Amino acid sequence: MINVTIDGIKTSVPEGSTILKAAESIGVKIPTLCNHPDQAVKGNCRVCVCEVEGSRLLSAACVMPVWEGMVVKTRTPKVVEARKTILELILSNHPQDCLNCIRNQNCELQTLAEEYFIRDNPFSQKTRGMAKDYSTPAIFRDPDKCILCRRCVEACSVIQSVNALGLDQRGHHAMVVPTMGWDLIDSPCVMCGQCIHACPVGAIGEVEEIDKLLAAIADPDTVVVTQIAPAVRVAIGEEVGLATGDMPMDVFAAGLRQIGFDYVLHTNFTADLTILEEGNELLKRLKEGGTLPMFTSCSPGWINFCETFYPDLLDNLSTCKSPQQMFGALAKTYWAEKSNIDPAKIYSVSIMPCTAKKYECSRPEMNDSGFRDVDLVLTTREIGRLFRMSGIDFNKLAGSHFDSWMGAYTGAAVIFGASGGVMEAALRTVYEVVTGQTLENVNFEVTRGIQGIKEAEVDLNGTVVKVAIANGLSNARQLMDEVRAGTSPYHFIEIMACPGGCIGGGGQPITKSNAKRVERINQIYVEDEACEIRKSHENPEVKAIYEEFLHEPLGHQSHHLLHTHYTAKNKKTL
Amino acid sequence: MAEEMRIVLRNYGKIDPLNIDEYIAAGGYKALEKAKGMNKIDLIEEVKKSNLRGRGGAGFNCGQKWFFAYQTNADQKYVVCNADEGEPGTYKDRLIMQGDPQSVLEGMAVCGYAIGANKGFIYCRGEYPYVVDILNQAIDQAKAKGVLGDFDIEVRMGAGAYVCGEETALIESIEGHRGEPRFKPPFPGVEGLWGKPTIINNVETFANIPVIVDKGGDWYAAIGAPSYPGTKVLTLTGDVNNKTFFEVPTSTTIREVVYGLGGGVAGGKKFKAVQIGGTSGGFIPESLLDTAISFDAMSAIGATLGSGAVFVMDESRDMVDVVSKITKFFEHESCGKCAPCREGTARMNELVGKIKGGKGSAADIALLKKLGGVMSIACLCGLGQAAPAPVLTTIGHFAADYEDKLV
Repeated sequence: MINVTIDGIKTSVPEGSTILKAAESIGVKIPTLCNHPDQAVKGNCRVCVCEVEGSRLLSAACVMPVWEGMVVKTRTPKVVEARKTILELILSNHPQDCLNCIRNQNCELQTLAEEYFIRDNPFSQKTRGMAKDYSTPAIFRDPDKCILCRRCVEACSVIQSVNALGLDQRGHHAMVVPTMGWDLIDSPCVMCGQCIHACPVGAIGEVEEIDKLLAAIADPDTVVVTQIAPAVRVAIGEEVGLATGDMPMDVFAAGLRQIGFDYVLHTNFTADLTILEEGNELLKRLKEGGTLPMFTSCSPGWINFCETFYPDLLDNLSTCKSPQQMFGALAKTYWAEKSNIDPAKIYSVSIMPCTAKKYECSRPEMNDSGFRDVDLVLTTREIGRLFRMSGIDFNKLAGSHFDSWMGAYTGAAVIFGASGGVMEAALRTVYEVVTGQTLENVNFEVTRGIQGIKEAEVDLNGTVVKVAIANGLSNARQLMDEVRAGTSPYHFIEIMACPGGCIGGGGQPITKSNAKRVERINQIYVEDEACEIRKSHENPEVKAIYEEFLHEPLGHQSHHLLHTHYTAKNKKTL
Repeated sequence: MAEEMRIVLRNYGKIDPLNIDEYIAAGGYKALEKAKGMNKIDLIEEVKKSNLRGRGGAGFNCGQKWFFAYQTNADQKYVVCNADEGEPGTYKDRLIMQGDPQSVLEGMAVCGYAIGANKGFIYCRGEYPYVVDILNQAIDQAKAKGVLGDFDIEVRMGAGAYVCGEETALIESIEGHRGEPRFKPPFPGVEGLWGKPTIINNVETFANIPVIVDKGGDWYAAIGAPSYPGTKVLTLTGDVNNKTFFEVPTSTTIREVVYGLGGGVAGGKKFKAVQIGGTSGGFIPESLLDTAISFDAMSAIGATLGSGAVFVMDESRDMVDVVSKITKFFEHESCGKCAPCREGTARMNELVGKIKGGKGSAADIALLKKLGGVMSIACLCGLGQAAPAPVLTTIGHFAADYEDKLV
């Protein structure tokens, strides 16, 4: 342990601690901007500078390790002047349009400007006037707002191994750009949106499409139907002042009806359906010597990644559409017929924790219903804005039901929202299908948690099936490289593009640390435990759709509506 | 009257730099042989005893630096020679490498033996392609002679970025990354090139080493200023009669350099200022000319010895005009990594330009002082920390030049 004195408070901290960590441990808050709890320290914004006795220079608290006897002062006039000046410098090169900004009131720079009472900035306002990039349907970039903290670059390169973002130019011309300075759509960007979470300001965000929803609601001839993805409920409360997990599903549904949705259905229904289709696809591949290991296909960021970086492994991907797109194809066929609604009038809106879903629904092949299967994807954050705009008090709102035919779900669908959930849900069903025995304990704890790569073995009537789970694309890359090298021992691999799975998706409430992701994961399993039915094949509406419409997993109708194919992206990558 | 003393330039102009036999005939590579006969720790002690301090500008004790790398256990260590001589007005490293390249190679090899490194890199300024040719020929000759033993040296070229003279940015550049500084600690001696213990010394520092090994630390420590012993190669530019180079003991004063060896201000004009150490050096007025050109004496007057560039300005020079070119230089050369340098160098140039253009006010001077003060203590690396020095020292010593232009 190292003895240090910070602002007159003596303490001991482990060797190697930074000034920032040491200060945190005694409740001294030092402001930061480029620092991110789950990333490497950068030390480039200099907002965290402190005085260290005996040193002429100020020390950046985020990078400076403590030494025995170190005396640190974090609040002296010299320190305050330096921090204020640095903030003024950054702000003088940052558009002053907080009121119009997607991160208004959720911006680290804005918070610091308030804390350091920046009033009359002595530096003249001068921004670079760079064009916004709206080239992708999912993510926009507003490079003028970039403060060059480089957190997005690390998210894209280190966490996701996509390398779509990098630095160009130097000095005050320096900027974060997509690969080679191209538009984002031409870069290998997979649209996972992890850069959005990393950004402390509004330089990157989701493409907002709330107005499209409001227009559909306003049209009396349009039937607005929605689906809610499994990971949304645990996080939506964070957008409206509730704790993580604190929004009951029925109250969430009631809130959506208040906004004006005509029918509230559930992606969880098609998550259960996915288990039937994908589980049977796996069994078929095992039995008939199909391409193994089979990869899950729910995560569109992951699909983009595979199509971009591993086009040679596309045959390993399950042909199952994602639950969102299965839902889209069925809503305008099966559900329209059951509900006696003209599918041409249906406007299908999907509420997703994901930015890549905005791209997925626009893929040209996603029209098997005879229409565009999913018309609009709104992220959890956009729904949060709608709820706040609508002034709904969720503490007083009475719950509502989900509509029939595609609104019922099991605990197995709920856990799709967390990394390992698809695998666990599949195992719950596959085990019973193969062994014919009832699974007494449905909890496969080994598949759970936020760790990047998990693996398990399951004995199915004497056949040992080896499975692996990865979340975050750098982790996925490790498993893919094994598959490519022919050394992968697995039969089935679940991959989610985002750290922690969909609960950490690019469309979720801005998540500044993995600690929040873990909190959401825990709430997912609380919800699963509370479900009466926890195996997908026992979902009564899933049973009904097979009896009345699909007839059998992997059957003719399924093939037409629920399965898809993949295409190499042929993009230049770094 | 100051006199030259040639240690670093001992062979300059006396031997054919492209003939290793002449270097050897002049006593070359005896020091390396002697060093290899010594215990490593004794060798490092000898260098420490000489009190040789880094000639690149930071002035860190060379032996002490070597000791850090020596005592760090690693499967691989590196020796890097910083030849990215980017300070405007400085060409002393070029002189050494052109005139006596083997002395640099020998100094690096001594260091390699001392710290346990078998690989060296010379990071040479991109504008010196002809020096790269000389270095490569010298390395080939040394290899052919076998004088370097198992110590291998490779030349890498910069691409023109001033910041790559900063040791950690230099490392990043060799590794193939953007030339940007790393934060310290960890220091390169512990975690440097490719994460391995790395000694980075300036060309002039390495060229001193063979002589120190040969004649002993005590001999060297007795030359020049006691706290910064030895000699310093100076390059004179600007409004001075003798625009040339000199190697003088570090106890020599600025006045002796300018008026003695330099032959005084050109054209019979009056002296106004001298900037020492390169673009980021402080401006020194007439009243401080009796300061010795040693690291500590220069620090004491708020200036730097830096690279040893001596830029003389006569009475006709307007300090704001001169400084405006410097602020433009730093705006251009900031790497953009840390906020106060990235934004601050641009603002400093903007404010100086405003004053120069007759549109500035007293508030702008006050803001320059505040900004410069913050940058000098809060920037990530030496570039941003030193960039305000010309502005702050001219505001301090030549305030009238600024005040005359205010609206």
